[in-house]
Amino acid sequence: MIEVKDLHKSFNGVEVLKGISTTFEKGKTNLIIGQSGSGKTVFLKCLLGLFDYEEGTIAYDGKIFSKLTEDEKRNVRGEIGMVFQGSALFDSMTIAENVMFPLRMFTKQSKSEMQDRVDFVLNRVNLQDAHKKKPSEASGGMQKRVAIARAIVNNPKYLFCDEPNSGLDPKTSIVIDDLIKEITEEYNITTVINSHDMNSVMQIGEKIVFLKNGLKAWEGSNKTIFKTDNDVVTDFVYSSELMKKVRQMYIEERQ
Amino acid sequence: MTYLHNIGAYFLMIAEMFRKPTKWSVMKNLILKDVDDLIIGSLGIIAFISFFVGGVITIQTALNIDNPLIPKYLVGFATRQSVILEFAPTFTSIIMAGKVGSFITSSIGTMRVTEQIDALEVMGINSLNYLVFPKTVALMLYPFAISIGMFLGILGGMAACVYGGFSSLEDYIYGIQTDFIPFHITYAFIKTFVFAFVLATIPAFHGYYMKGGALEVGKASTTSFVWTSVVIILLNYFLTQMLLS
Repeated sequence: MIEVKDLHKSFNGVEVLKGISTTFEKGKTNLIIGQSGSGKTVFLKCLLGLFDYEEGTIAYDGKIFSKLTEDEKRNVRGEIGMVFQGSALFDSMTIAENVMFPLRMFTKQSKSEMQDRVDFVLNRVNLQDAHKKKPSEASGGMQKRVAIARAIVNNPKYLFCDEPNSGLDPKTSIVIDDLIKEITEEYNITTVINSHDMNSVMQIGEKIVFLKNGLKAWEGSNKTIFKTDNDVVTDFVYSSELMKKVRQMYIEERQ
Repeated sequence: MTYLHNIGAYFLMIAEMFRKPTKWSVMKNLILKDVDDLIIGSLGIIAFISFFVGGVITIQTALNIDNPLIPKYLVGFATRQSVILEFAPTFTSIIMAGKVGSFITSSIGTMRVTEQIDALEVMGINSLNYLVFPKTVALMLYPFAISIGMFLGILGGMAACVYGGFSSLEDYIYGIQTDFIPFHITYAFIKTFVFAFVLATIPAFHGYYMKGGALEVGKASTTSFVWTSVVIILLNYFLTQMLLS
């Protein structure tokens, strides 16, 4: 579980996060949603420790990150898996080497043990035959699955995903969403996903935090987001023609 | 102010590069890969340029000696001095600022743009140690490449001298042995070590701290070449003043 209390972050005197408090629960897919420029990416980078923040606390299973020693911070980072928006796979390595990388860096496993683990996680993300390919030879969907495999190879306690569906077709997006949800439940990890994809919201948003202008505007789940009267949320959720039609049909059905 | 900020950031980067070292089993492979990319991969161009520039130095020197009282062996002497003191260590380094420097800036810059450096940081890896330290260690073999450049420069001079009919082989050999001061080799290698450090770290600085997209990677490579060349020229002046005068 990750607890965030009163998080403030500024850039050159401009406050981007204005006191966000929330909790991301274990074994659930937690979504941060909001329009572009609402502070989602900055919030995620603060959670990851890539940005320092001026005020507030972030606690990983009760351990307040800013109060930890360098070694303790490194241990917490070792428990984090991250799927970047552009996958961020290392170009110079093959897919198998990319997935093996965290094991080589942080474990004392033998080569055969590492190889077995890589085979296992690549099978888990349905990439049995991609070991020797370079990331540039893989499709966008494959790259995302490799990134997920690399993120989970070291049994993380926390999984972060920054817009995992960006640049993917709707069908592949669903595959990626399902994969993330299955992995979250299977390994009982705390997953935080940064997204503005409404399909993901509907499909895997067990907990949703809605940001607007650096503030938490709403909090709920995929079961409650379509029933809320919060104007900010409805404005965002029903912004597309498709969603407007879905809502219209829903209202007509109820009448 | 920006210049001062960048100079400070550069020295902080160097200090950070030595902290939180990467596992030796991983680092060893990174160093070997960088030796291959940066040193072995540069030998061809160093050999080619050194051989022909050595030849040109010889021709220019021979053509400018029109006084019959000046002995012919001075052609060999002048070639040796030019190649060992300046051409091999300094001008080859400026060429390397273009080849090796832009490779380092663009490869690290691309990693920045595609969030690969963020990926390393999230994993708790000191990305500066992982990316810049192996390149710095690999470039410590740069004097080896320069010594090949020195040899081929003098050899190129000999070929141009003999086959161009500017002087005899004996005169040239006599010239390159005349008044040889071993400290000149030491001076050249001290310069080369310093330039190797500059060649690894200044381009890495420009790649690591770049902001933006693909266009900015190109701009960072150009800026890194300019600054690496400027620093090499300035250091060349100060080192020469300190070591030879």
